[in-house]
Amino acid sequence: MADTMQFDLVSPERRLVSVPVREVRLPGTDGDLTAMPGHAPTIVTLRPGLVTVVGADGSQTEFAVTGGFVEISADSVSLLAERGHPREEMTQAVYNDMMAEARRRRQAVEGKRDSVGEDVVTAAVKLLADMEALGTHVGLDPNQSTVPA
Amino acid sequence: MPSLKDLKNRIGSVKNTRKITKAMQMVAAAKLRRAQDAAEAARPYADRMAAVMAGLTANAAGSASAPRLLAGTGADRKHLLVVMTSERGLAGGFNSTIVKLARQHADRLRGEGKEVAIMTVGKKGREQLKREYGSLFVNHVDMSEVKRVGYDNARAIADDVLDRFEAGDFDVATIFYNRFESVISQVPTARQIIPAEMPEGEAAGGASALYDYEPGEEAILADLLPRSVATQIFAALLENAASEQGARMTAMDNATRNAGEMIDRLTTEYNRSRQAAITKELIEIISGAEAL
Repeated sequence: MADTMQFDLVSPERRLVSVPVREVRLPGTDGDLTAMPGHAPTIVTLRPGLVTVVGADGSQTEFAVTGGFVEISADSVSLLAERGHPREEMTQAVYNDMMAEARRRRQAVEGKRDSVGEDVVTAAVKLLADMEALGTHVGLDPNQSTVPA
Repeated sequence: MPSLKDLKNRIGSVKNTRKITKAMQMVAAAKLRRAQDAAEAARPYADRMAAVMAGLTANAAGSASAPRLLAGTGADRKHLLVVMTSERGLAGGFNSTIVKLARQHADRLRGEGKEVAIMTVGKKGREQLKREYGSLFVNHVDMSEVKRVGYDNARAIADDVLDRFEAGDFDVATIFYNRFESVISQVPTARQIIPAEMPEGEAAGGASALYDYEPGEEAILADLLPRSVATQIFAALLENAASEQGARMTAMDNATRNAGEMIDRLTTEYNRSRQAAITKELIEIISGAEAL
């Protein structure tokens, strides 16, 4: 079996990365997972977090994503993320943006808790918490966003 | 008969017009390239999304618990038309073809006794629809500040549409935009986005059986459907942007050519009347000399 597979990181606006890799570690909604060549075909949704890509030469690259989903097959992994940034490009400003969006979303759904149902509110709260965890993980301050918690 | 001076002025002004239309054509050509590149770059995401959606919807469509975004509200009474046009004119028939299609659609629906609401994106469509359908407008998205269409723009529109859907404002949503076929051909297109249209049979069945889903298929579907709406709107916005530049380029190319023809005609006329004047003067001199 081949020891590498094709990894694509695609955002709605463009293809961000397309490289052969040995493994990809993904923050799935139901828990982290690692995809390696020969993985069973799976579709997984993601929570905000870091995606670690181990290249063909063993080098590791990390990307911060804000949710989305992954299509895994035996010889390829396609990650469809609404926003994806290489870790080095994750500045406080970019992160503030993401935080602001997550907070606004939570406020919006909490405002209409009755019509959308408890599940949606829980999901939004969880999204925000994941987003905070992501920031802490890469060493950024979650409390600098202009939208108050 | 215009005087020589008038003709000369006229030629000068048409020449200026030609310079402007030529410049606009070149600007449109440059922007078209960028718009096409953007549309091209967005394709991988949309394609993958469509493929995954096809697999999921094929399975979920039959079940009674299918989400409302997919199965619809069960009614077909209230329609939302999202009409996407440009912010600027001088693009040939670009805006009017979309508006015409939307108008036909709206009239047909109203003829069938259904409620119609209209949401406009871009100023030009709003202006054209205002007189007849002004009372049906529910929202307008101003794109005049937007230099380059981004996913965030599409998301904002999608969120608004989805909010209205959740609130029960409409049962069916259709977007109107110009599909980019080529520089000289843009096809006004109506596309239903809510409830999601079923993809054609063949691709659907096979794909889904192969995949494991985590979390379950329904949870993924619930997560993906709103994203898919945003992706479709984004794709439409990009196609529209490319079409707009294509239409403008063609329109300005025609205008430049027409101006050139007009200049030729006016120049011929100018030369004729100049020569006529000279001939007249000569005749006057000669007949004056003969009279002596």
